[in-house]
Amino acid sequence: MSDKEPLFSKKNLKLLSDPLNSSNPITVQVLGICSALAVTAHLKPAVVMSISVMIVTGFSNVIISLLRNTIPNRIRIIVQLVVIAALVILVDQLLKAFVYDVSKQLSVFVGLIITNCIIMGRLEAFALGNKPWPAFLDGIGNGAGYGAILVIVGFFRELFGAGSIWGFHVIPQSWYIANGGFYSNNGMMILPPMALVTVGVIIWVQRSRNRKLIED
Amino acid sequence: MEHLINLFIKSIFIDNMVFAYFLGMCSFLAVSKSVKTAMGLGIAVTFVLGITVPVDYLLDNYVLKQGALSWLGDSFANVDLSFLSFIMFIAVIASMVQLVEMIVEKFAPVLYTQLGIFLPLIAVNCAILGGSLFMEQREFPNIGDATVYGLGSGVGWFLAIIGIAAIREKIEYSNVPAPLRGLGVTFIITGLMGMAFMGFMGIKL
Repeated sequence: MSDKEPLFSKKNLKLLSDPLNSSNPITVQVLGICSALAVTAHLKPAVVMSISVMIVTGFSNVIISLLRNTIPNRIRIIVQLVVIAALVILVDQLLKAFVYDVSKQLSVFVGLIITNCIIMGRLEAFALGNKPWPAFLDGIGNGAGYGAILVIVGFFRELFGAGSIWGFHVIPQSWYIANGGFYSNNGMMILPPMALVTVGVIIWVQRSRNRKLIED
Repeated sequence: MEHLINLFIKSIFIDNMVFAYFLGMCSFLAVSKSVKTAMGLGIAVTFVLGITVPVDYLLDNYVLKQGALSWLGDSFANVDLSFLSFIMFIAVIASMVQLVEMIVEKFAPVLYTQLGIFLPLIAVNCAILGGSLFMEQREFPNIGDATVYGLGSGVGWFLAIIGIAAIREKIEYSNVPAPLRGLGVTFIITGLMGMAFMGFMGIKL
C-alpha cells in the first residue's frame, strides 16, 4: 500500500469491478469452468461454493503477493500449490463444521478448488507482480466474478429444474399437471448437459451486449 | 475379471469425467482447437491418471485413512490424517507428472516433443485430482480396481476431447452467430455431446 494512493482509488476499484463483466473469469478468461458447472444444480451449493472460492482467491493472492520477492522462480508452482492446498483444507474443514449438508453435496468439488485454474491463473498473472492490497482486491474481484456466473446459472437451473429458489417452492402447486394445471418441471435442467448450455447462453447474451468481446 | 471390465466401461461412458462431472474442462476447452494436439493431451492425461490413481490409493489406504497407519504399531491405530489428503494428493500428482515428464523425455523423445507444454500443465488439470478424490470417495476394495478406474476415466476424457476437437475443426466453416463464436458455441456443443452420453446412463453394469 503506497502512502499516496487511497485504499479505494479508481484503479483499485477497477480491479474489483472488471472481473464482474469485461474480464469475467468464466465467460471471458475461460478459467475455472469445472466446478462452475458441477455445483450449480441448486442455488445454495452455488453460493457456498462462490464464497469458498472468493476466500481462497483473495487470501492466496495476498499470501503469494507477500512472498513474491522470496519465492525462487523455478519452484513457484509448487509453492503456489502448497499455499492454495492449505487454504482449501481450511475452507473444507470450516464447511464440514458449519454447513455439513452442503459440504456433502459439494463432495469432491471443494477439494477441486485447488486445481481451479482461476486461482492459479490470478496468482501467476497478478499476485506475483503486485502489492498485497491490489492483489487482495483482484482476488476478491475474480472470486466475485466467478460467483456471479455461478449464482446466475444456479438460479435458473433450480427455478426451471425444481421449481424452487433456495429450496423454497415458488411455482404455485396448482400450476402442476398433477393438480390439473399446465406446468411441469424440466428435469433436464438439473442434469449436467444443461449447465453447459446455460453457460453458453450467458456467454451469448454477454457478448451480444458487449461487442468488443466477440471472437473472430 | 468381469467386474473389472464393467468398471472400465462404466468409467469411460457412464461416469465420463467431462460429461458427467465437468472435470478437466479448462484444458478441454482451451486445447480442443485441433485433433492433433487434443490427441497428445488426451494420451498424456490417460497416462498420468493411470499412474496417480493407484499411487494415491496406496497413500490413502496405508497412510491417510483412519486406522491406515496400524501397520506401524498399535499406538497408531486411531490416527486419522484424512484431512491431509488434498495436499498429499496434489503433491503426489505434481511429482508424478514431473517423473513422467522425465521418463518420457528419456525413452520417447518423439512423444515428448509432441506433448510439449501439455505435460507439465497436467498437474493442474482437475481431471487428475478429481480422479484421485473420486477414488477416495468410492472406497475401492483393492488396487486393481483403482488402477482400472484411473485408466478408464483417462480413456473417457481422451474420447471426449477428441470428439469435441473434431467437431470444432468442422465448425470453423459454419456460419455461427457472431456473439456465440468460439467459446459460446463450444459450450453448447459440449452440452449436446453430454446429452448424447447420457444415453449410456440406462445401461446397468
